[in-house]
Amino acid sequence: MTGSTIVFVILALLAISSAILVILSPDPVHSALWLILNLVCLGVMYYGLDAPFLMAAQLIVYAGAIVVLFLFVVMVLNARGEDVWARQIPWLRSVGLVVALALFGGLWWAVKSAPTAAIPTAPDNVRVVGTVAGVGELLYSDYLLPFEATSVLLLAALVGALYLGRNEARRRGEPVSPAAVAGTESEVERG
Amino acid sequence: MAEGVPVHYYTALSAVLFTIGVIGVLRRSNALVMYMSIELMLNAVNLSLVAFSKQHRALDGQVMVFFVMTVAAAEVAVGLGLIVAIFRRRHETVDVDSLNTMKW
Repeated sequence: MTGSTIVFVILALLAISSAILVILSPDPVHSALWLILNLVCLGVMYYGLDAPFLMAAQLIVYAGAIVVLFLFVVMVLNARGEDVWARQIPWLRSVGLVVALALFGGLWWAVKSAPTAAIPTAPDNVRVVGTVAGVGELLYSDYLLPFEATSVLLLAALVGALYLGRNEARRRGEPVSPAAVAGTESEVERG
Repeated sequence: MAEGVPVHYYTALSAVLFTIGVIGVLRRSNALVMYMSIELMLNAVNLSLVAFSKQHRALDGQVMVFFVMTVAAAEVAVGLGLIVAIFRRRHETVDVDSLNTMKW
């Protein structure tokens, strides 16, 4: 049991338990916080996998922007607790659990049947580290077209998010109260 | 790190995290928690890609993860905009079980 394996086991247990807590927490705010822990664990694993740029990107983009966006929306919508709605088909949730476990069985079989060569990290082997320069070199040569396409994708997402988040009452010129933003104002609700 | 962790450790962890994400999507009815479970799934796949990138001693897997992160960020922006719009227009809840007006 080498040092790096111990570190991996600790990080893996932390990642798995925080993921379980993400899906089990009744409060979405708690879920978001456990998701941050999960993302940070994965980021640290990226560093161990010779991907320092991806570790930084993970912490900045995923843990620092995406989950923060989640928390904004959770707070604005005050989306706590689940309404107990009558399930139309009561046993469908259990079918979902069975399907998920069957999927895990398939994935486990795939993991077991793959070649299990250890990652060679002997000192005389070439060790490719994903630095900013290394990733950038690939990004601007072999993957230039997807790189440019993602810029268009981000523009489309920006326009889409702006359009979806527009405030009808403000657009019509009516007085807008802070409650209208969260959708509790009746005129927005019927808008 | 002095010695390597075998790549199937990482892919096994990726499988576990992916399944946890699937269970979260299938069993939770809060739209935001479902969305967080989707992000769990995306991150599980990212972990697999980075592990394979190290196994093949090439950076192509890491570039793929870069693109996955970009697409995930764009998707979260639009998806959360959708959730907010649905919340505002006709319902005061983010419970997806209540969105049943198109049911037969």
